[in-house]
Amino acid sequence: MSRRASLVLAIVVIAIAACLPLFVSGFRLFQFTQVCIYAIACMGLNLLTGYNGQFSLGHGAFYAVGAYASAIMMDRWAIAYGWTIPVAGVLCLVVGFLFGRPALRLEGLYLALATFSLALAVPQILKYFEHWTGGSQGLVLSKPKAPWGLPMSEDTWLYYVTLFVTVIMFVLAANLVKGRVGRALVAIRDNHIAAETMGVNSALFKSVTFGVSAAYTGVAGALSAVAIAYVAPDSFNVFLSITLLIGIVIGGLGSIWGNVLGALFIQFVPNWAQDISKAAPWAIFGIFLIVFMYVMPYGIAGALKLLWIRTVSSRVPRQGGETVSPRVPTPSA
Amino acid sequence: MDIFVQQVMSGLATGGIYASLALALVMIYQATDVVNFAQGEMAMFATYLSWSMLNAGMPYWGAFIATLVAAFLGGIVIQRVIIRPVENKPILTIVIVTLGLLVICNSLAGWIWTYLQKPFPSPFPREPIRVGSVVFGAHDLGEIAVTLVMLALLFVFFRFTPLGLAMRAAAQNPASSRLAGIRVSWMLALGWGLAAAFGAVAGLMVAPILTLDPNMMGGIQIYAFAAATLGGFTSPLGAVVGGFLVGIVENLVGTYVSFIGTELKLTVALAMIIVVLLVKPSGLFGRAHQRRV
Repeated sequence: MSRRASLVLAIVVIAIAACLPLFVSGFRLFQFTQVCIYAIACMGLNLLTGYNGQFSLGHGAFYAVGAYASAIMMDRWAIAYGWTIPVAGVLCLVVGFLFGRPALRLEGLYLALATFSLALAVPQILKYFEHWTGGSQGLVLSKPKAPWGLPMSEDTWLYYVTLFVTVIMFVLAANLVKGRVGRALVAIRDNHIAAETMGVNSALFKSVTFGVSAAYTGVAGALSAVAIAYVAPDSFNVFLSITLLIGIVIGGLGSIWGNVLGALFIQFVPNWAQDISKAAPWAIFGIFLIVFMYVMPYGIAGALKLLWIRTVSSRVPRQGGETVSPRVPTPSA
Repeated sequence: MDIFVQQVMSGLATGGIYASLALALVMIYQATDVVNFAQGEMAMFATYLSWSMLNAGMPYWGAFIATLVAAFLGGIVIQRVIIRPVENKPILTIVIVTLGLLVICNSLAGWIWTYLQKPFPSPFPREPIRVGSVVFGAHDLGEIAVTLVMLALLFVFFRFTPLGLAMRAAAQNPASSRLAGIRVSWMLALGWGLAAAFGAVAGLMVAPILTLDPNMMGGIQIYAFAAATLGGFTSPLGAVVGGFLVGIVENLVGTYVSFIGTELKLTVALAMIIVVLLVKPSGLFGRAHQRRV
């Protein structure tokens, strides 16, 4: 897709999102807030897995760190929620970087193992530091009101705050990916030896990517703490990490837009599936995971891109019999 | 001292469970370079099957055998239908497929049998066995015995039968095995079947302790990962030794290190995994991974 086309698309999507509170309210609007939050978290995971080719099955851990950082700052020190979000992001940047350093030595499956174990252990760790985290009871917060006497409900205000943060995070990520850094990340993913020969500092890029990825997910976690006004250890279990992974698989590995599609999927599909049975959402998630890996490994965004290229290339005559294939990422171990 | 001996014994007992599941993981890893993240959930599902059989009035050991057979067949079907199409895809793809399998098993079990915890019978007597001043749980001893018997059977199978030899050959050198007339793809399927059966033993042995529920195996799986990592993912013997070691360490640390207790058990496993991966990624008995660039 050309640069202008994606800019137009971005503006249209943001305009629709900004007008949304005119049409939906209450719980439905809260769900869209959640979509924005998931989109940021998926963006973080996608930077790591989709663009840089590093596994993480434990990003729920960073989501939890962000959420608890924000909640503790609000609850213990009465810091305004707006400040807790960037602080949570920076904290996760540091934590992610520190986790990313040793993770450099772990390739492919071993990194998957370590992060998966991290995801399994998170609720226990949270419960252990009861003094800070409130144990299994969690922390109850209060929802922020709209400032400056704006005539809107708490949910509407929160929606706009979240949307604002989402747009900023997406612009940052899009710029990051398009530039020199993005090319370095993809080069490391596709062939790290070749990348190093070209002068890319693979170790530094990989651990910084881990940090940035964790920061995105941490910001999402902080926003979720603000929006839900409650944090409890058992909501940060291994299934949260898998949910984020499902988001990027369905949306599209190595795609910016895919994260929005993935976030919509993980937010709304369980809601509909819940009507069938309590267990149905996860059965459906599992089936989608497997089917997507068979038929569209680059998610909805990848499939759309392919479709776009096919339609464009059928109009434009190919030069020199060169086959036009989409630049889809090849995740390698 | 009595406490120490007792803790080591119960460490060995839980270690047997970890060893069974770790062995299942290693069997699949050796043959296909894949870690099956759904191994624990498949075991949980098999345990539910056996619960249903017991409820229908089957005798314990009858249900035990029937469950193993069902798990074996289930493992083969899963390999043939779900794993085979992505066999040669990047690791990320295969990991995601096994994660899909994990959530499907988990939610199906919740769907069919609900999320309520169910008591699960132990085939061993309730009365503890006393040796001097040390008391052993009969279930603990039984668990160790079952694990050792299974291991012996597996050893005999792989060491002394033509089929076992063919399976080992297929895992070690698929190309040459194919030239020698071994149906490599089916050997992999058999491996999945055997792994599923082994996992089922772990599930059946742990269910009386933890009570049966769909999330029962989460903690066990992380310990099995730790066991397989410690022993080395390329070594079945390592998986078993690793399982017992991890079981003992878990119990001793829980007893003697006061700030850990039972609340940070999973974190201990996580720490073990990370430390082993950083210090000796191939594990105690594993082959170091070398690759030509």
